[in-house]
Amino acid sequence: MMDTPNTSSNDEALELTGEAFEEYLQRQENKSLLRILTCGSVDDGKSTLIGRLLYDTKLIFEDQLAALERDSKRHGTVGEDIDFALLVDGLEAEREQGITIDVAYRFFTTDRRKFIVADTPGHEQYTRNMATGASNSDVAVLLVDARNGIATQTRRHAFIVSLLGIRHVVLAVNKIDLVNFDEAVFKKICKDFRAFADSFDFDSIVEIPISARFGDNVMTRSERTPWYTGSALLDHLESVEVENDLAASPFRMFVQWVNRPNLDFRGFSGTIASGRIRPGDEVVAALSGRKSRVKRLVTMDGDLIEAGPGDAITVELEDEIDISRGEMLAGADARPDVSDQFAAHLIWMSDAPLYPGRPYLIKQGTRTVTATITDIKHKIDVNNFDHLAAKTLDLNEIAFANLSLSEPIAFDPYEVNRDTGSFVLIDRLTNATVAAGLVWFGLRRATNIHWQALDLDKSARGIHKGQKPTILWFTGLSGSGKSTIANMVEKRLHAMGRHTYVLDGDNVRHGLNRDLGFTDADRVENIRRVAEVAKLFVDAGEIVLVSFISPFRSERRMARDIVEEGEFIEVYVDTPIEVCRERDPKGLYKKADEGKIKNFTGIDSPYEPPETAELHLDTTKADPAELAEVIIAELKARGVLL
Amino acid sequence: MSVSRTSHLKRLEAESIHIIREVAAEFRNPVMLYSIGKDSSVMLHLAMKAFYPSRPPFPLMHVDTTWKFREMIKFRDDTVKRLGLDLIVHTNQEGKAQNINPFDHGSAYYTHVMKTEALKEALTLHGFDAAFGGARRDEEKSRAKERVFSFRNANHVWDPKNQRPELWNIYNARIAKGESIRVFPLSNWTELDIWQYIMSEEIPIVPLYYAAERPVVERDGMLIMVDDDRMELRPDEKPEMRLVRFRTLGCYPLTGAIESPADDLAGIVKEMLIARTSERQGRLIDHDDSASMEKKKREGYF
Repeated sequence: MMDTPNTSSNDEALELTGEAFEEYLQRQENKSLLRILTCGSVDDGKSTLIGRLLYDTKLIFEDQLAALERDSKRHGTVGEDIDFALLVDGLEAEREQGITIDVAYRFFTTDRRKFIVADTPGHEQYTRNMATGASNSDVAVLLVDARNGIATQTRRHAFIVSLLGIRHVVLAVNKIDLVNFDEAVFKKICKDFRAFADSFDFDSIVEIPISARFGDNVMTRSERTPWYTGSALLDHLESVEVENDLAASPFRMFVQWVNRPNLDFRGFSGTIASGRIRPGDEVVAALSGRKSRVKRLVTMDGDLIEAGPGDAITVELEDEIDISRGEMLAGADARPDVSDQFAAHLIWMSDAPLYPGRPYLIKQGTRTVTATITDIKHKIDVNNFDHLAAKTLDLNEIAFANLSLSEPIAFDPYEVNRDTGSFVLIDRLTNATVAAGLVWFGLRRATNIHWQALDLDKSARGIHKGQKPTILWFTGLSGSGKSTIANMVEKRLHAMGRHTYVLDGDNVRHGLNRDLGFTDADRVENIRRVAEVAKLFVDAGEIVLVSFISPFRSERRMARDIVEEGEFIEVYVDTPIEVCRERDPKGLYKKADEGKIKNFTGIDSPYEPPETAELHLDTTKADPAELAEVIIAELKARGVLL
Repeated sequence: MSVSRTSHLKRLEAESIHIIREVAAEFRNPVMLYSIGKDSSVMLHLAMKAFYPSRPPFPLMHVDTTWKFREMIKFRDDTVKRLGLDLIVHTNQEGKAQNINPFDHGSAYYTHVMKTEALKEALTLHGFDAAFGGARRDEEKSRAKERVFSFRNANHVWDPKNQRPELWNIYNARIAKGESIRVFPLSNWTELDIWQYIMSEEIPIVPLYYAAERPVVERDGMLIMVDDDRMELRPDEKPEMRLVRFRTLGCYPLTGAIESPADDLAGIVKEMLIARTSERQGRLIDHDDSASMEKKKREGYF
């Protein structure tokens, strides 16, 4: 039923004894590492191919084989034969559904190389997993079913592979046995592939006709494809040159950890992203611009005379300069871009859509700051590579966008340096990784526009008015009583001689924000603008009362974060929706219930109540005047009223 | 002084050091789970390298089921003394009081109480928000898909369908209060890599990995070493001295020995190359079902 596994060169090693065996081990230890991505459409046979490689390189043990034979009978899709795919489809859900739903990492070794294979899913909804697998791979093996030819998924995957900077591609035309080893079929598929893939600028494209199930052209050239004169897949993978020019590139290293065992030593630990470095070389801390020279390259195995890309080292400098985690050490004569604005490709990886204006965390290298997408230039249809206009971005969509950061970062374009040109975006509430980003180029505006530093500041303006500038942010459902209470508070403050201003949802929408509607994206932008206006009022020394439904936690969080600690007081006006509906001061609930208003908060658009508001007002227990007094008392307690 | 190498072991080493440093830099209160085995020995060696000349800025923790081989405990104590590290030893006291043991309670229940529950209890007790473990993706199918940073909710539960994508070498280390992560710096190492690294770096390991005459009985198809007098022998069992060694180490009543003459590292590696059974076969707990590891992991097993 089964072939005997190919005898690999391990057998020969076992004949060796003593010194010869030690020498053999030495060679094994020094072989290189190649990281491969396998991708392709559903059922093109990725998992089967990897199972085949593991099996043929003797990486499957007897007990695993026994389990595999058992599982093949239970879940297998190839009758009595061993179903190699079951070997790699690890998670229960996958085995039951017969599909791969996550990236799996597999390992096999030959005499020449150690291989790490990222097996990635073919289904459209798992594009993010493919991008994940591609981010660390040197070579992509794209599988195509010989019977079906180039599929939409093939184009999509080739695009993602090229976007993520993989320079070497293998087009494995699988199931060649099912088309009678027909050369014409193979040639046609190769031609169709080149028709679009040539524009992707790969360094190499190698086409191989294979049968993963029967092993043709996988380990050795098959007699059944005499017309094919190229290498078998494994031969190619063992010999493909993926050497990049990172060693010749300028020196880059993110500081991960400041190593300070005692007062006499201060080192900066990190992994070299590119370039080579030696003691005596001049380096610069890219963000601060301070220069020094390398004194020592410290490792537990002794000081190094030189270190290069991929090395995890600790650098000691000649001068005591202030450097912390997140800084980048760079060659002083070839510095990276330093900017708080840049253009980048984004691969959206979250079920919650991207909204321009919403703040996310960006982690690039070892630095984490706040970022907003200011502008989606276009999104890319990965099936035909067209550019489309977009206001938001959904799961698995790819866009080209401008980002604006709270602080500058040091970076290179992704195509020059994967490590310094890549980043992820993180949702600030759920902490989920929501996007992968690839820097295209820096926008130089940031370096030219500096805030004018003024002598007269907001605290001086506030003291003049007998107050500490503050935002009172009222949030709650429509009709909850926000404006009523805010107006009462303003009147009280006015009577006390304080300087105030009310920003009200309806008023602002008639002017500043009249171009915005009620989609989620527009609501985010609405709040962003109001928050920025409120910030200017704070800067003017005012107490500003903002009365907005502001249904999303993350936007309220953004408003809180753009002013200083203690300047933002969130007031949750808590009124049950039944009560609001009954009051219905503007008749809006009636219209919403009749379907005349879309996206109405509390009805067909969500309201996310605050979790940690400074004040929580229950309007069913007290009347507005009493609640206004609660707020005045709070302002006194907080020292807002001097 | 030397010039850096770029062999696959060097790349694996640098990747692991990067991961260990990220965790130390981003988490409030990390801990390294030290199980005394060969993988733990490699992981500890990498941690020593990552922070040199400082010491690792986190303690080691050993979850002691009280059924480990005696030689393991001695090796553990010698190691922390030699390296000058802090070690926390945790045992599930309730389980100990009830004398939960692998003979009377079965391997599954015993492992759950004395390993899984004990680990969760210890992590909660000390408020650790990150725990390093020595698991490798090549060990078992469900491990192949686990991330390097594996998130656990406040109940230490793993959700395989809701893992964060890990791109490049950027690890999203943000967690909410009460949540924690397990970190696997050896994710991309294989068993062979581990042995080759131990050999090239001359890392000390527990002598049980080397062949020696040891008292064993054959039980349920495995060779079990009689490590102390708590092991009750069945009527037909009589310990006999055989030349054996262990490919993995755990609780002695659950860890099968293999007959082998390999008494040095070269011999062990040579055996690896002809090995026809995977290393986890020597562990009783993995045998139940091919999906059982995934179930255990969801419950909080390492």
